[in-house]
Amino acid sequence: MQTPYSNTKATLALAKASFRSIMRSPSAVVFTLAFPLIFILVFGFLGGGGTKIDVAVAPGSDLQNPIIAALEKIPVIRLTKDDNLATINKGLEKGDFDAVIGVEKNPAHVPAYFTNVKYTSASLDKGNILKSVLNELSYNLNTQNLKPTITEIRASTVNGRLYRTIDFILPGQLGFSLLSTGVFGTAFVFFSLRQNLVIKRFFATPVKRSSIVLGEGIARIGFALLGALFIILIGHFGFKFTLINGAVTVINMLVLATMGVIVFMGFGFVVSGLAKSESTIPPISNIITLPQFLLSGTFFSIDAFPTWLQPISRALPLTYLNDAMRKVAFEGANLWDVKHQMLIMLIWGIGIYAVAVKTFKWES
Amino acid sequence: MENRNAIISVKNLVKNYDDFKAVQGLSFDVYENEIFGLLGPNGAGKTTTLEIIETLRPKTSGEVTVDGFSIDKDQNAIKRIIGVQLQAAGYYPNLNLVELLELFSGLYGVNVKPMEMLEKVNLQDKAKARYKALSGGQKQRFSIATTLINSPKIIFLDEPTTGLDPQARRNLWDLITEIRNNGTTVVITTHYMDEAEQLCDRVAFVERGQIIAVDTPDKLIDNLIAGGFERKKEVKKANLEDVFIHLTGKEWRED
Repeated sequence: MQTPYSNTKATLALAKASFRSIMRSPSAVVFTLAFPLIFILVFGFLGGGGTKIDVAVAPGSDLQNPIIAALEKIPVIRLTKDDNLATINKGLEKGDFDAVIGVEKNPAHVPAYFTNVKYTSASLDKGNILKSVLNELSYNLNTQNLKPTITEIRASTVNGRLYRTIDFILPGQLGFSLLSTGVFGTAFVFFSLRQNLVIKRFFATPVKRSSIVLGEGIARIGFALLGALFIILIGHFGFKFTLINGAVTVINMLVLATMGVIVFMGFGFVVSGLAKSESTIPPISNIITLPQFLLSGTFFSIDAFPTWLQPISRALPLTYLNDAMRKVAFEGANLWDVKHQMLIMLIWGIGIYAVAVKTFKWES
Repeated sequence: MENRNAIISVKNLVKNYDDFKAVQGLSFDVYENEIFGLLGPNGAGKTTTLEIIETLRPKTSGEVTVDGFSIDKDQNAIKRIIGVQLQAAGYYPNLNLVELLELFSGLYGVNVKPMEMLEKVNLQDKAKARYKALSGGQKQRFSIATTLINSPKIIFLDEPTTGLDPQARRNLWDLITEIRNNGTTVVITTHYMDEAEQLCDRVAFVERGQIIAVDTPDKLIDNLIAGGFERKKEVKKANLEDVFIHLTGKEWRED
């Protein structure tokens, strides 16, 4: 007499309703898109301005000579004297150093010194500035002491990928966007659906509980991925965010994003269950999101943190999402290469959903 | 009234919350195609009883069947043939009425045209409005529209007219009567005796979790008069509500 009841149809109806609702919710759009984009804009433009040229002095270089002395007086140049070769080379590849300079005495005395400069393609623009600084400097030095030419510039360039501020900032902001949409979004929606008896009204229909959770999940993941794609594309086309393998990299990032948002939604379910009133949701959510926002390498590399703080950073799930995202986007790692990061997120996911099952409430 | 089939049958229903006995051995039948009123003061157990029949709350003991289905075994079968309006229930946020009705038709697994549902409750002008933006009467009519989506055999209305002005209330009575005339059984709770008297075919009085009387309003009044009861004040041919309606007009107010 009756057509069989379709759980899929019910789940999709819920997903559609939830997606429409999220798209119209100002807070979801602000947290998922506006905030990360503002940070990306700020850092994207900051990265370009305020040029300082980081020059490493090669180990073994002569330090007591007019060239080094002159360079030290130029404010735009920052000399680093005591790094070893391995660090310097790594720095060059990443663009942490813009060039390495080494000065050696010429046994033949004319010119008195050879200045060896190695630039990096990771920051050709700064290399060019340095080049003209050195040219001017050698011209000045050479014309001051007319007799022997003091030095002669011998330059070569090593190949490195251009690592911009955006390459660091964007994955961090993406992670933050996924964290807020997962935690805040899920917590608020399930709390208000429960509080306003929307779920109770759903229970008066033949819909299954799993359909309610699944429908919400589909909508939220869909929204988070759309947001992620939007952020990645703006970053790529607006700020030259590196996507090493193009579309493949984007797809890998979206797979990581899906995993991230599912884990973070688990926190959201827990918060919605713990919250006694609507006003307790933001503080509880902030306890979860703020430490990760600050300590998971969103803005600074966690290597820059004091050593006692680093173990905390390395315990947080967002750290691993950020880390995996950066590896995939900049270093061209595939998902198998970041299995360690994914495994730790998986462990977090299992743990948090175990807690969610205990704390989640369907009715108040 | 002629031979009636019980579409809902409640026998010795008991519901205990910790040490509070909300429902203590309730028994009654609701007949097919009638408007059945559950009357009684707040906290008498009306809503609890309704929610147990609606499969939203587990019972402590007793037996309930709805159109032949037991609430113990066939909860889903029951959910598919009933429509439920909850007291003070909200709806999914940020959606307009058409979208909400689409959601509910998905939840019930039926194909309905949202505009046709809105026409039934005279809300077609509000198709693009949010639930929150509706007036009290409109909200109740929309809630009733959501109960009709699955063409149910029975609908449950929990205090649908509480807080409405006299015009909106009468408008809702007309709507409920129409639904009954189209073949749906209606179970309703209310605090207003004039409403029960005008609207309900039969009423049950609930007090402290027990049924203390069930019959047609006419019969209950006759019984009381037969017992020698008399109103202190002589009844006039109109009351103050008639004056209100007469002065302010009978037509439905949109807000």
